[in-house]
Amino acid sequence: MKKGSSITDKIFKYVAIGAATYVLVIIVLIVINLTTGSAQVWQKEGISFLTGSDWNSVDGRESYGAAPYIMGTLVNAGIAMAIAIPLSFGIAMFLSELAPKLLRTPLAMVIELLAAIPSVVYGLWGLLVFRTYIQNWIEIPLHNLFGDQSIIFAGTPFGLDILTASIVLAIMIIPTIASISKEIMLAVPNSQREAAYMLGATKWEVFRIAVLPYSKSGLIGAIILGLGRAVGETMAVTMLIGNATGAAAFPSSLFGPGQTLSSIMANEFAEASQGGLHLAALIGIGLILFLLAFAINVIAHLLVAKVIKSHEGAVLA
Amino acid sequence: MMETMTKTPLKDNYAEDVKYKLIAENITASYDGIVAVKNVSMKFRNKAVTALIGPSGCGKTTFLRCLNRMHELTKNATLTGRVLLDGEDLYSNKVDPIINRRKIGMVFQKPNPFPTMSIYDNVACGLKLNGVKDKKIIDEVVEGCLKMASLWNEVKGDLKKPGMSLSGGQQQRLCIARALAIQPEVLLMDEPASALDPIATQKIEEMIQELKKEYTIIIVTHNMQQATRISDYTGFMYLGDLVEFGETKQIFENPRNEITAKYVQGQFG
Amino acid sequence: MITVEQRAEFRKHFRYNVGRRLVLDKVVKCIVFLCVVVAVVPLVAILVNVFSNGAAALSWNFLTEIPGAVGSNDLGGIGPAIQGTLVLIGLSSLIGVPVGVMGGIFLSEYGNNRYGKTVRFFNDVLAEFPTIVIGVFTFILIVLTVGDFSVWAGSFALSIVMLPIVMRTTEESLKLVPVTYREAGYALGIRRWRVVFTIVLSGAKSGLVTGILLSVARIAGETAPLVFTILGSSQFIQGLDGPIDALPLRIWRLSSLPYDSSVTQGWGAAFVLIILVLSINIGVRYLFLRRKGQTLLKFKRLGSMS
Repeated sequence: MKKGSSITDKIFKYVAIGAATYVLVIIVLIVINLTTGSAQVWQKEGISFLTGSDWNSVDGRESYGAAPYIMGTLVNAGIAMAIAIPLSFGIAMFLSELAPKLLRTPLAMVIELLAAIPSVVYGLWGLLVFRTYIQNWIEIPLHNLFGDQSIIFAGTPFGLDILTASIVLAIMIIPTIASISKEIMLAVPNSQREAAYMLGATKWEVFRIAVLPYSKSGLIGAIILGLGRAVGETMAVTMLIGNATGAAAFPSSLFGPGQTLSSIMANEFAEASQGGLHLAALIGIGLILFLLAFAINVIAHLLVAKVIKSHEGAVLA
Repeated sequence: MMETMTKTPLKDNYAEDVKYKLIAENITASYDGIVAVKNVSMKFRNKAVTALIGPSGCGKTTFLRCLNRMHELTKNATLTGRVLLDGEDLYSNKVDPIINRRKIGMVFQKPNPFPTMSIYDNVACGLKLNGVKDKKIIDEVVEGCLKMASLWNEVKGDLKKPGMSLSGGQQQRLCIARALAIQPEVLLMDEPASALDPIATQKIEEMIQELKKEYTIIIVTHNMQQATRISDYTGFMYLGDLVEFGETKQIFENPRNEITAKYVQGQFG
Repeated sequence: MITVEQRAEFRKHFRYNVGRRLVLDKVVKCIVFLCVVVAVVPLVAILVNVFSNGAAALSWNFLTEIPGAVGSNDLGGIGPAIQGTLVLIGLSSLIGVPVGVMGGIFLSEYGNNRYGKTVRFFNDVLAEFPTIVIGVFTFILIVLTVGDFSVWAGSFALSIVMLPIVMRTTEESLKLVPVTYREAGYALGIRRWRVVFTIVLSGAKSGLVTGILLSVARIAGETAPLVFTILGSSQFIQGLDGPIDALPLRIWRLSSLPYDSSVTQGWGAAFVLIILVLSINIGVRYLFLRRKGQTLLKFKRLGSMS
């Protein structure tokens, strides 16, 4: 009787192990499938799949290079981060240090809810509402002021371009970075703040002396997590970036159309025929995106884990 | 206006003329709807150690935190009454709290050095904050304060090490050095030895005896032996009230109040 | 020791600059407040726009009918998309919830070792993966093998998105159940698996439900994995091995059409989707945070009184 029950215990344990292992299996399968699925394009293009900028799917003249999209992804995410980081930290600082209690809870809740809004809705809003504002209020004035000679403001200010995509992307990742940063700042023990107050510090100085150094690596982790999201974000970017292909997609002007790794996949997937080189190229793009996002997320999680460790040390005091 | 106030020259002998350095008048303080201190008035003598004793939850820590406007940083805190430092009201609307906090150093119950800073920077950061730029002066102050906190001999070789690398007792002495570095006039200590072993406690007590020569010290303590060893005056608080206040000797040997007597005899608390 | 003379000398070097520092403090506060305004305005604008434009599109027909032919006068509705999203949520949960909960049980009950750490780490990484990569992966694994887009493929892709969220929240909420509960169970001679299922899981119920609901809200809005797996359709569901429509996919398709009517419909579909996602999120927060708030309050009390 007892023995029979301990077998059920063992089965239970193995089922649990199996479920946990499923996660690892999925990740391994993703790597294998993306690699084999894109083998064809790596064989044909070799390293120039990473460095080339041709993108031609016409039969007989097929040629694929992902460099413009890699660049597009990095530039798009980079601009978005440059906008999102200061704003997110501002929000986080407001919520953790300054906001009166009455404002704190509802504002934190709104920010968190906004992180839950689906990407495609942000895209829709960007396309139907935000685009016209960007075009009329920012792009056309800047273009008229600097003209086509200036590289970053050159091109027709059409509204569907790198600038619009980056700004909407920034709006999307602000809730994520802000709420993680807020949590990290709130995790700074009050004794640290009091030590700084005791020295005669103003609120800002307390933040600079006590809060910021204590939460630094956590905040970097939050930034990198945000970067991971920005890099992998698909729908909103696809709807707004203007979708250039080939060498034209190299990001140069803010007002020029671009293309990212994820947007080219979403855009061209329907046109690619099964078993063809075009499909293999798109899967190859998926593999590049996978590796990029994987590296970013591994770094982010290592950093966040480090923060938790050092916090434990500090709280112990 | 604040500028002019801070530029008033500080006369070092000024304090000696006045018997009382710090005067608390009718302090009532609460947080989260709990009234922790009820209408307490106390006068703290210059260059003397005053101990606040009482069972936990009696409001002594809250009262201490009212003396340098730290209490108002607690959530949902309210406070009425005045605190006079050299006759000037700390709670006056005209004065920003940061001006007076730096005149009243504070040491907390748990050592709280800044974990990302070195030993040196932990002491120096208050100086840099308050506009001391001369590197030589900063070096001198850091050394002097670490000596006063009797930590110098243990750390002089590795001032660049992180403050967190020290033991608990050393961390607490580092925090004392940090509080001394801004050259305060009053030192508030909230059970500074409660988390420490006997040897570290002894070191801190010896140090307090030394610091007394120049500072007005107010110390909250749980430990009655400690209060008798180090303090000149003792206030006994119970349930937010100041039950009795007088010379330490009198409080412990000849208490006037029945509850005080019971407490100092160890019948509760 | 610092002498009185030395101290007087030191004090001369203090340049408190209180006025300047207070001004800087005010400036920083203003900047921070500005950040909040700048960031919150577009975020709120999105909600306002979706609600005001979307509400105009709503009608019973819009919610239940199939889409009309593109460009025709008969607009039709988004019935198949709503149906599809619900079916996809149901089927994904069928895979994602049991695997996620069991995985969470492993992490919390057996995961205090190297293997547990590894799984936890990769689970966290998987949770942040670009979902389009998961879509491509499913496309290769299922769609290419079977030869057709299907409800199954979409559900499998979404279950991968869902799995790490369920797993992590399950682990976190199981860990909140005090060890003494488990020990009490063992002391009564109850087997480990029964202790976990009866005592621990019921103690962690609210956390578990929260995690599952939040993961449902997340997959309801996922578009990228669906592009590669379910294709989209303008008909109600034909079978689990055929294509299907889904709300986010429908929004994307509508947004790329040049007609005013499809724009209106896009807003309408976005409205329905947001209502679905936000009501889950708000509901969960209301139910769960009320409890968490109490414990938080307790911690705060402990912290403020020493």
